[in-house]
Amino acid sequence: MLEIKGLRANIGENEILKGIDLTVNKGEIHAVMGPNGSGKSTLAQVIAGHPAYEVTAGSVTYDGQDLLDMEPEERAQAGIFLAFQYPVEIPGVTNAYFLRSAYNAVRKARGEEEVDPLEFLDVMEEKMKLVDMDPSMLNRSVNAGFSGGEKKRNEIVQLAVLNPRLAILDETDSGLDIDALRIVADGVNKLRTPEKSAIVVTHYQRLLNYIVPDFVHVLAGGRIVKSGGKELALELEEHGYDWIQNEQSAAGAGSRA
Amino acid sequence: MFESLDHAEAGGASELRRRAMDRFAGLGFPTMKNEDWHYTSVAPIATRSFNRTASPTSLSAGELDQYLFDSPDWTRLVFVDGWLAPELSSVHDHAGVRINGLSSMLREGGNVPQLGTIADHETVAFTALNTALMQDGAVITVAGNVEVAQPIHLVFLSAHPVPQAASFPRNLVVLEKGARATVIESYVGLRDESYLTVSVTEIALGEGARLEHIKVQNESAGAFHVATIQARQERDSELHSFSYASGAELSRTNVNTLLDGAGSSCTMNGMYMVSGSQHVDHQTSIEHAQPNTTSREIYKGILDGHSHGVFNGKVYVRPEAQKTDGKQSNNNLLLSDHARVDTKPQLEIFADDVKCTHGATVGRLDEVALFYMKSRGLDAEQARTLLIYAFAADVLEEITVKPVKDALEAAVFARVRGGELEMASD
Repeated sequence: MLEIKGLRANIGENEILKGIDLTVNKGEIHAVMGPNGSGKSTLAQVIAGHPAYEVTAGSVTYDGQDLLDMEPEERAQAGIFLAFQYPVEIPGVTNAYFLRSAYNAVRKARGEEEVDPLEFLDVMEEKMKLVDMDPSMLNRSVNAGFSGGEKKRNEIVQLAVLNPRLAILDETDSGLDIDALRIVADGVNKLRTPEKSAIVVTHYQRLLNYIVPDFVHVLAGGRIVKSGGKELALELEEHGYDWIQNEQSAAGAGSRA
Repeated sequence: MFESLDHAEAGGASELRRRAMDRFAGLGFPTMKNEDWHYTSVAPIATRSFNRTASPTSLSAGELDQYLFDSPDWTRLVFVDGWLAPELSSVHDHAGVRINGLSSMLREGGNVPQLGTIADHETVAFTALNTALMQDGAVITVAGNVEVAQPIHLVFLSAHPVPQAASFPRNLVVLEKGARATVIESYVGLRDESYLTVSVTEIALGEGARLEHIKVQNESAGAFHVATIQARQERDSELHSFSYASGAELSRTNVNTLLDGAGSSCTMNGMYMVSGSQHVDHQTSIEHAQPNTTSREIYKGILDGHSHGVFNGKVYVRPEAQKTDGKQSNNNLLLSDHARVDTKPQLEIFADDVKCTHGATVGRLDEVALFYMKSRGLDAEQARTLLIYAFAADVLEEITVKPVKDALEAAVFARVRGGELEMASD
């Protein structure tokens, strides 16, 4: 479904991604872990098409299409969704209006009928229950004045409404207490199907207790330095990221010897 | 530059005109050395010669529909080229409400109490000019404790058959003690000729009276527009003013009020949306002259192309105006590298127990928010339109007359759609 090869990306003069290779197949959940500054959020944003990053080398293919050649909205319409680490506040645009515009944009791109506000209300009520969100939130401006937890839940509501084939969760667990974390993770799990894939970017292992990955990749210094199964997350939790970095520098020293 | 006029008027009005013409001759057009005109040059007006049309161009009601947002139960007075057009107007009778055309009142020799007593024609050149040459307009008086539920819509259409025409609308709104009303002034140009509108509206609010005043300026692209709204408020009265400006090559709107009674309050809001080489200037003045007076002001601007916006908001607090509570803000959104805004909030406080804040911002569309919206499937144009709309939404939200609010929201959407802001008349 998604194939990343030798991906390098800069922000300004700084190279953040220094050659990423990652393949995500249909139905798989991949966790991308790593210390702060390792480039894991950059990877998420580059896949979604954030304009601040410049891709300098490599390729990203999504269902055989050149993803890097697509606008962010085309990626969204093709079924990619990024749950933001820092969801953006848009004062003056209600959640209901924003969600319906997004929903209709994606439906239109798929050649489906757009829905009117009343029909959409039915869609919404069901999705909001997923993450235990109060319907009054629909009439509030997008994320404006929301608590950290509400913002993250709102991302999952959007995820549920847009029903993407590849969901990227960028540190969706940060800033959530354990109850909110469980609600958000339950929401994500309910949306799982054998057809859909996800990339879960996280600093901590705890989210992966709830959203169980098929693969875990450790990112450090802009490269994937270790990949493994879900047990790798537990090892990381136990030994910390230094363990990987030490192992890496030992290996590096060994290969030079 | 203006032809002299013979007025078949008796009594006070002709004396008022003469006095004002003398004052205008003395004052001349303001130059950019005048602090109130520092960012706006009226040379394009001063160097042209304009002629007042003697009678209205004849129009059919159908030609107006696209410019109006009123409903049949509103009272509507339509002025074409500055003159009342009775066949296009409809006045609903309402106990305690008098609505008349100024011109016929003056011609019939009637005295118009308060006319010329609120707006300053002694020191303000355009007010002097309007007072000297005032044509027609609405004189509205609402008796004590009478509430007029439906808005009164004054429509000023420019359909001048010749270029370089000028009109001088003059309105007077008097709400007696405890009266309530809504007055809307619309300025619309039907042709792309160069023409001039210089209008003055005087407002007197008695004790506890409440007026919603909305001005909608949609003059055509070649127009020059200078308008003054000047209010005087007695104890516990409320003025809610909204000024919208999106038309004209050069426009200047002055909204001024004197909070002259304890407990009186005003909200003064507005929005301007311009592009191309348009110049739009708002100058507001709120004078807190008595204790416990309150003012709230929000002006928002959206500027594209090479347009130039000016906002100057003055808040004066006189020594006796203790417990004044004032808040003012002006926020601007620049959509192009060539658009420019000069914003100047101005507080002058001479009392010590007051609460006043003001602030101004000039910014661009938030790139991160645009990306966020696109990442949800909205295309670039939709995302941009929605963000611009969102910028304007909270001030438009303040308009309580729903058809006006809806019309202005639609105007924002329509004008923003499709890249660079387009003039509504294009």
